[in-house]
Amino acid sequence: MEGSSNQPLSTKERYKEGVLNYRDMGFWRPDYDPADTDILAVFRITPQDGVDPIEAAAAVAGESSTATWTVVWTDRLTAYDKYRGKAYHVEQVPGTQDQWFAYIAYDLDLFEPGSITNVTASIIGNVFGFKPLKGLRLEDMRFPVAYVKTFNGPATGIVVERERLDKFGRPLLGATVKPKLGLSGRNYGRVVYEALKGGLDFTKDDENINSQPFMHWRDRFLYCMEAVNKAEAATGEVKGTYLNVTAPDIEQMYERAEFAKELGSPIVMVDLVVGYTGIQSLANWCRRNNMILHLHRAGHSTYTRQKTHGVSFRVIVKWMRLIGVDHIHAGTVVGKLEGDPMTTAGYYDVCREEHNPRNLEKGLFFDQDWASLNRTFPVASGGIHAGQMHQLLHYLGEDTILQFGGGTIGHPMGIEAGATANRVALEAMILARNEGRDTWNEGPEILREAAKWCTPLQKALDTWGDVTFDYASTDSPDYVTTPTTA
Amino acid sequence: MRLTQGTFSFLPDLSDDQIYRQVQYCIDNGWAVSLEYTDDPHPRNTYWEMWNRPMFDNPDAQALIEELKEARAQLATYYIRVVAFDNSHGWEAPRLSFIAHRPAEEPGFRLERTETEKRRQQYTLQPYASAHPPGQRYR
Repeated sequence: MEGSSNQPLSTKERYKEGVLNYRDMGFWRPDYDPADTDILAVFRITPQDGVDPIEAAAAVAGESSTATWTVVWTDRLTAYDKYRGKAYHVEQVPGTQDQWFAYIAYDLDLFEPGSITNVTASIIGNVFGFKPLKGLRLEDMRFPVAYVKTFNGPATGIVVERERLDKFGRPLLGATVKPKLGLSGRNYGRVVYEALKGGLDFTKDDENINSQPFMHWRDRFLYCMEAVNKAEAATGEVKGTYLNVTAPDIEQMYERAEFAKELGSPIVMVDLVVGYTGIQSLANWCRRNNMILHLHRAGHSTYTRQKTHGVSFRVIVKWMRLIGVDHIHAGTVVGKLEGDPMTTAGYYDVCREEHNPRNLEKGLFFDQDWASLNRTFPVASGGIHAGQMHQLLHYLGEDTILQFGGGTIGHPMGIEAGATANRVALEAMILARNEGRDTWNEGPEILREAAKWCTPLQKALDTWGDVTFDYASTDSPDYVTTPTTA
Repeated sequence: MRLTQGTFSFLPDLSDDQIYRQVQYCIDNGWAVSLEYTDDPHPRNTYWEMWNRPMFDNPDAQALIEELKEARAQLATYYIRVVAFDNSHGWEAPRLSFIAHRPAEEPGFRLERTETEKRRQQYTLQPYASAHPPGQRYR
């Protein structure tokens, strides 16, 4: 297997029985200029000691497309050059000794139209267990417009959701009902009512609230919709609660979604753990039924968090925008969960922009054109509170959903007061920003001014004003030093 | 009750100076500003009456403030909101909407329940004020 070069083998040598290096089988193509219609991927590869990075890159291209471990003559019954994944560029990851970025191009015909499930079966299929690699991480993908157009994308999207809810010019506000497990349906609806009446737009089931002994799903849906309607009457605003329809099988998911729709809920939610096919089925159902689909990213950190193996969350966000979720949890920067500022900004750009230019500082390796696919609302959830409002607005912008669970329900004056504190803090900050004030530096002062006439906000600042979660990120950009969060 | 539709309803009522600064922010973003009014504040009453056409080529927020003063004088018992439209591709929708005037008394909404099968309720929301004909709903 020695003696590899960049010169292609003759067809006779290439198809001699036995084992060849992947780079000699046509999977290393440094001269290849990717077509506009190719699907592109960049992997971070950590080869086993002594394995040449170019051979490793070629192996990844091969194992994620047509190759097996040995030469097979049946290749020659196909237009094999078209179907081979082509590693076209390899470069060392800045600041590392043992990691390389491998850029690979795939012909569009390798994939079923409109199927993320099919894309993942190839791109993150067998190849991730390949022995010559210590680790492999899918960092980013570029989907050509020709492939983007085979997806429906989000049924509602940011703009239409805002029109439907009649809420403009500020982030939406939500809260996850806590405790996440154990409340009866009746008690659960109490939390929903108080939070919505106090000023939130949405409440939310947590990811693991499905249908347990302490609360059957029908009971939850009925009590929640009583709470939503009462809160609408109390405020004159459109309100909602994300009813989690995650279930053991897709038939039961449809049954729960239908029930939510019949009760007049504008929105349902599902967990990432139901899988790509399950989510896309539900997205299609939402499109047919004028419903908004909220996605909770339960489970993603098992494969997104470590830099040397797995899938970057930015790739998950791209897949989910194509599949068609209207909301996706995408990090808070300042809260309790993993989230470097520039990396998180990259996720938000993928959700919200019409076109993502290549931006290595944000971890975006490719230009990505979204071809007028609707935008997905990024959701910030996990350990955030009213005292961080200026930071949240600075990092996450206006088109986001801020979910204050503990930061609403844990308020010393009660749930309604907790909701009011968040809404007042938000509106005061938006007003000040629009007036041209420097909210990043004057934020704490703006909040204190509002707290003078809003006791619930004063109590929130007294209770949580100093709470921060300042830990180093495990997933940060490779191309710049990491800015600090506070 | 206090109707909390619109971006700033949880803050004390905005002064004309504050409204001016919000409107100027919209204009500086290239958005067309307008006034709409209603005496039917049902949350799904999308189409409030248009006081004027959106001001597409107006550089100065004061022009809208003058319109607002005129509208208030004529419509003291109505809700009046400022709506800013963004025509850029991918939006083509309102970008800011807030209440700039409201009736002195806001009686709120009646929630009616109709019991149907399997413990289910049919909910209907009615503004108390809408029992009266348009124009006679608020004091």
